[in-house]
Amino acid sequence: MSRLAVPKTYKLYIGGKFPRSESGRTYEVVTKRGAFLANAAKASRKDARDAVVAARSALSGWANATPYNRGQVLYRIAELLEGRRAQFVDEIVSSEGVSASAATRQVDEAIDRWVWYAGWADKYVQVTGNANPVSGPYFNLSVPEPTGVVAIVAPQDSSLLGLVSVVAPALVAGNTVVVIASERLPLSAISLSEVLATSDVPGGVVNILTGSAGEITPWLASHADVNALDLTGAAALDWVDLEIAAADTLKRVLRPEGGTDLAAPSLDRITALTETKTVWHTKSLI
Amino acid sequence: MTETQKALVPRPTALELFDGPVTDASLRRYLEGIPGVDAVGLEQRAANLGSRSIKTTSKKWALDKIIELIDLTTLEGADTPGKVRSLVAKAITPDASDSSTPRVAAVCVYGDMVPYAVEALGVHHAKGTDSGINVAAVATAFPSGRASLAIKLSDTADAVDAGADEIDMVIDRGAFLSGRYGQVYDEIVAVKEACRRSDGSYAHLKVILETGELNTYDNVRRASWLAILAGGDFIKTSTGKVAPAATLPVTLSMLEVVRDWHRLTGEKIGVKPAGGIRTSKDAIKYLVTVAETVGEEWLQPHLFRFGASSLLNDVLLQRQKMTTGHYSGADYVTID
Amino acid sequence: MSFLDYAPAPESTAILNLKSDYGLFINGEFVDGHGTPFATISPATEKTIATIASANDEDVDRAVAAARRAYDKTWSRMSGADRGKYLFRIARLVQERARELAVAESLDNGKPIKESRDVDVPLVAAWFFYYAGWADKLDYAGAGANPASLGVAGQIIPWNFPLLMLAWKIAPALAAGNTVVLKPAETTPLTALLFAEILQQADLPPGVVNIVTGAGATGSAIVNHPDVNKVAFTGSTNVGRGIARAIAGTDKRVTLELGGKAANIVFDDAPIDQAIEGIVNGIFFNQGHVCCAGSRLLVQESIHDEVVDRLKERLSTLRLGDPLDKNTDIGAVNSAAQLDRIRTLSDIGEAEGAERWSPDCVIPTDGFWFPPTIFTNVSTSHRIARDEVFGPVLSVLTFRTPAEAIAKANNTPYGLSAGIWSDKGSRILAVADKLRAGVIWANTFNRFDPASPFGGYKESGYGREGGRHGLAAYLKPAGTARTVTASPASDATDSAITTTKESAK
Repeated sequence: MSRLAVPKTYKLYIGGKFPRSESGRTYEVVTKRGAFLANAAKASRKDARDAVVAARSALSGWANATPYNRGQVLYRIAELLEGRRAQFVDEIVSSEGVSASAATRQVDEAIDRWVWYAGWADKYVQVTGNANPVSGPYFNLSVPEPTGVVAIVAPQDSSLLGLVSVVAPALVAGNTVVVIASERLPLSAISLSEVLATSDVPGGVVNILTGSAGEITPWLASHADVNALDLTGAAALDWVDLEIAAADTLKRVLRPEGGTDLAAPSLDRITALTETKTVWHTKSLI
Repeated sequence: MTETQKALVPRPTALELFDGPVTDASLRRYLEGIPGVDAVGLEQRAANLGSRSIKTTSKKWALDKIIELIDLTTLEGADTPGKVRSLVAKAITPDASDSSTPRVAAVCVYGDMVPYAVEALGVHHAKGTDSGINVAAVATAFPSGRASLAIKLSDTADAVDAGADEIDMVIDRGAFLSGRYGQVYDEIVAVKEACRRSDGSYAHLKVILETGELNTYDNVRRASWLAILAGGDFIKTSTGKVAPAATLPVTLSMLEVVRDWHRLTGEKIGVKPAGGIRTSKDAIKYLVTVAETVGEEWLQPHLFRFGASSLLNDVLLQRQKMTTGHYSGADYVTID
Repeated sequence: MSFLDYAPAPESTAILNLKSDYGLFINGEFVDGHGTPFATISPATEKTIATIASANDEDVDRAVAAARRAYDKTWSRMSGADRGKYLFRIARLVQERARELAVAESLDNGKPIKESRDVDVPLVAAWFFYYAGWADKLDYAGAGANPASLGVAGQIIPWNFPLLMLAWKIAPALAAGNTVVLKPAETTPLTALLFAEILQQADLPPGVVNIVTGAGATGSAIVNHPDVNKVAFTGSTNVGRGIARAIAGTDKRVTLELGGKAANIVFDDAPIDQAIEGIVNGIFFNQGHVCCAGSRLLVQESIHDEVVDRLKERLSTLRLGDPLDKNTDIGAVNSAAQLDRIRTLSDIGEAEGAERWSPDCVIPTDGFWFPPTIFTNVSTSHRIARDEVFGPVLSVLTFRTPAEAIAKANNTPYGLSAGIWSDKGSRILAVADKLRAGVIWANTFNRFDPASPFGGYKESGYGREGGRHGLAAYLKPAGTARTVTASPASDATDSAITTTKESAK
């Protein structure tokens, strides 16, 4: 006799906790063929606001953690993802309607990408920083630092790999993140938040919202306490308006991407969300 | 009070400042509490002051002022009474072709040459005032200062007895660099006392820090405070026997101490850069630095001096150029 | 007579050989503009120096077309080594004509000759010399092997460092292989036009650099021109915001160097005399017309009175007057409009209850002048502690602990620069880490070097100028039509059809 399954309640992930949307709204997540999978929380602008507050308060701890520590924490996520491979594969098969092997490939690539980015945490400063030979008695050093709170629209047509491809590089430098998951394929994002919650990532470092990107993103684009806006997955939105809104506080904006190598792994994705700080100090024997 | 009972008394304001006896420990605490010097910033400030452009009437005034502030110096093993008499003659009449030329502030000689200088000056001897020419003697086993305290004190007393108006002493750099601030301090206090004449008046005491051996600006600043606390009337950069001698940043740093001392106590201490200042152009940079750091009031002989020998002739050449409108030559000024 | 009343030491203007009228510099020659010409005046005397052509949309179009032609036919095909040689030539020509450029700059801008002579113009030459050497070494610039140039760069520069900002813009753009349409500020076009003459002497191929003069409309014609690939702007945050909006949704790349309200933090163990100099240099350099000026002095409460006393004493020795006099420390405010802004904000400061102080100084009757001014009793909520005054006005605030200093320093939408004064190395490094600003000066202030990246956090803009990082603003990786930052996908709307299958392979 077959056992009756226990379905999961899919909620938001804000400040290390799993709240329902303050609006009380949910929306139906369905399979590719339209069958009901789950009710996901439909985040509101107030949820987005709470997520920014959580991200801001987590920023200093995460940004000031040692690079080695950040690298280990990120690597730990890959370890935990590995342990939950089967769960992610199942969710991707059911929501994307792809074969188990395709879903497996996606999960494996996502995990490998985490590992790749985790290894950058204690190296990107060396590669992109600079000792500057100024003509004078000064020590002069340029180093990249995290930009701050990054709002991200995740790729809409990928459950896990797209999400990982935008979230991981933002975390490497020490930014904190508010990410809007794929509206149609949010299950992996919610499961990822369960991974994050049980990993060593401090609460608030990653905040995951599900719901309508079109509804929430404008609030994040115009939010004065958001430092950067990654529109990688926003091609289908009115992204020009979002970029214009972001200009009000001169946010750093990553424009939407398309094509098959969407958010391909690159050092540029890390450095695009950093600021170069140059420090001068006088230098003298006497 | 007999000679043997005479207590060594440092500057009264120092005692007030320390609120009690000045000890090695209290000196160390005080000197090490003085804000540090950032060498790069100090040198930049000095360079900026040195880039002032002094022209026409200001330059004319400056050239005369430089002469009035010179301690015309000869400090050689080969000095003789004849050499000293010649130096004094130059001090009295720097430029025979122009009687409007001012006289220098003082002649500076070794202690044993003081009687010849006094004699040669005759009526021009200012005897400690600003009108006329003073006799300054280097003392305390100049230039190294490596002798017993007794020798240093008798060296000083001899020069004062012979008629020296000013004593240019050297500090014990060895003691300073090994952190024995109390010893340096006590020695200055003692030398100051040795400057006392039988009538109770004192010869002016210039304390040579020999900044080239102190090496760092932080040391220069501490030594400046130390010398002032102990009772020095002047702080002086160098003996002229060690390179680098006077530099603009070092002098600026010492002027800042003098300014701060004035702010603290109302007392005015003199500054004497010595050694290496050979051109009018350089000397003018010092005038600018004095005027913009402690104020123009310091540009008078009892508060600022140049220790120099060849500087005078360069100033005279510049003076002639300003008077006649054409460039002069070395043969148109006298060699001493 | 007081010695400190130094006799006048004016730099002669005889070295200048100015024309009465200047046209636009397009395709290697001076041509008439089709907008209404305007006068450029000396802010110290309000006398007209020359009449300057104004570029309208068609003129800008011509300039962009010339730049595009030069890019396609000449500059993008030239070897890096040869591009470098042109830049070296320019560096040398600037050195040869340094005195003339300095005099022209001080005349047109109002800044003291000692600054244009000792800071601006030497840095201009240094900037071209530095980037000249990069032109054939771009593989090492950080964008991978064989990086590509962007195309035509539209560059708009401010009036505070007219020729230096030109160098900051043109040198890296040309080294990376781009061509340029540059607009100098309306009130300070003179040295850019002399620079055009230098380009003629250097025999730079026509169209590689085009200089169009005019007001805001000329600038916006450049920004909005469809054939411009890159916009570089230095100026106010408000205009920068407008540019960021204007280029939204285009494939233009942009760098913005905007305003600032830098904190200059003085700890109780600071090398005090150098700190005083640094405070003075931080806010009174170039009349305070400096985006990275140290306009907020944060001084540890225990030494507040001493610092303020010393500062006042030091300010009393500053000499305000004729910019061409070699002893002038504070020159003229660049324009009537700027003077008005400085006055307005200062009056607000007083009205808000801050205590205003200026040394006695004689203000010339003609021209635009503002005495060095400090405000004490300033609170973080006062407008003079928040708004960029862009003038010789210092706001003094206090702090009690390093943590408070950092919090107050960062409490601004800007993030361009900051200063730290302390004798304690570990504290300097820790505070520098925590300040949200692109340039931190420790025990110094307002130092610039072509090898050192400059640029801000937050509303102070994005991108860096100077150093290896400065090249990134004008390069993209080989074989990519795009880079991660600020460049949209040409097929953005297609991305919606990307399938998981494809991206997973």
